[in-house]
Amino acid sequence: MADFFMNTTLGILLVIVGQILLVVVPLLLALAFLMYADRKIWAAVMMRRGPNVVGVFGLLQSFADFGKYIVKEIVVPAGADKAVFFMAPMVTLVMSLIAWAVIPFNDGWVLSNINVAILYVFAVSSLEVYGVIMGGWASNSKYPFLGSLRSAAQMISYEVSIGLIIIGVVISSGSLNFGEIVAAQDGSYGLLNWFWLPHFPMLILFFISALAETNRPPFDLPEAESELVAGYQVEYSSTPFLLFMIGELVAVVLMCALIALMFFGGWLSPIPGLPDGIFWMIAKMGLVFFFFSMVKAITPRYRYDQLMRLGWKVFLPFSLLWVVFVAFAAKFDWFWGVYARWTVGV
Amino acid sequence: MEEMLREYLPILVFLAVAIGLGLVLILAAAVIAVRNPDPEKVSAYECGFNAFDDARMKFDVRFYLVSILFIIFDLEIAFLFPWAVAFKDISMAGFWSMMVFLAVLTAGFAYEWKKGALEWQ
Repeated sequence: MADFFMNTTLGILLVIVGQILLVVVPLLLALAFLMYADRKIWAAVMMRRGPNVVGVFGLLQSFADFGKYIVKEIVVPAGADKAVFFMAPMVTLVMSLIAWAVIPFNDGWVLSNINVAILYVFAVSSLEVYGVIMGGWASNSKYPFLGSLRSAAQMISYEVSIGLIIIGVVISSGSLNFGEIVAAQDGSYGLLNWFWLPHFPMLILFFISALAETNRPPFDLPEAESELVAGYQVEYSSTPFLLFMIGELVAVVLMCALIALMFFGGWLSPIPGLPDGIFWMIAKMGLVFFFFSMVKAITPRYRYDQLMRLGWKVFLPFSLLWVVFVAFAAKFDWFWGVYARWTVGV
Repeated sequence: MEEMLREYLPILVFLAVAIGLGLVLILAAAVIAVRNPDPEKVSAYECGFNAFDDARMKFDVRFYLVSILFIIFDLEIAFLFPWAVAFKDISMAGFWSMMVFLAVLTAGFAYEWKKGALEWQ
């Protein structure tokens, strides 16, 4: 039996599929409850009740929504390019899902332990912009087209600063592998060893860029309903729309995981002495997601010219300067070597 | 080499699983839900009138400009990645040559800024 799973091609493939399901199924289940949590937090800030009918406290609301999406009619606009129209939500979903192949949840708990993990995530999340632009173009309708242009310009603008922030973390940890990035944050001072402290300005910049990159409020301009109805999603209905929604939310949770891994030490315990483990990773991701929800609830939407100005004139020069600063600090051992942690852990 | 490629196999399988999941979801609605199109329903969304020209119209050149700027900076990030990974091993010459590269790029960025390529109104 063990021989079958270790040595035959079919056995190895079955093991891999099993591992993938172990990641995807909890992820999608968690997504259902995160969607619910998002709406509940939003409602609580506005002194509303939020979803509270389906199940106890409305806990099963997302599953009811899912059932409704399945039984809705798929409307394909007459002028639409059919193949591209259906490919767009697929691209969004697939690209946001496969990025999880390299995200570790605990020491060594990762599907593919490749040495260019963070570059892979960066590359795959860049491809998500194709889903948006294909959706807008294929619909052959004015609102989706304008919405997708806006969205694409916004996503690529903030990708630049996200890339530069990642470079800073990579210089400090000396590796592109998430396991080694987390190992570089290990130390005897618990949470004071993590990168959020030396890279604090970049943590804030990364968080805001992640909001813009995933089209979350206050940067949800492509979906600014008062101007563009629902952006590139206007012509979508039923499960193609659901795929867009799942894809976006998976991308948000991916950003939570990236922040937890790069700045908050992943599965490391914040207090020295307590055991490390997957529960820390989940707790950190949950906390970051809570902040994502809070931002959605308490901030008004940005204007588009302000958004572009913030991305190009504030975030880009600042993160570029920070890369230079980190490089100097790491090379010449400033600040007791907190920026050159590649000697630690690896 | 064999070992290294093997680490990429789960990504390939993951790709297949993700595509499968998406197809199943789309097909589920296609099979279960009714389909009852009529000319009004499948016409492009508009504010109370029929769309009078093709939606794939001319659009603002600034979107094009933004994407060109993006290519420049994304390429720069692609250059920075190997440098950042090998940072602990590079010599002073390697360190300073990247600093010169960044300085040249910053000069270009300042020029763009001054020319108003980053303005959006």
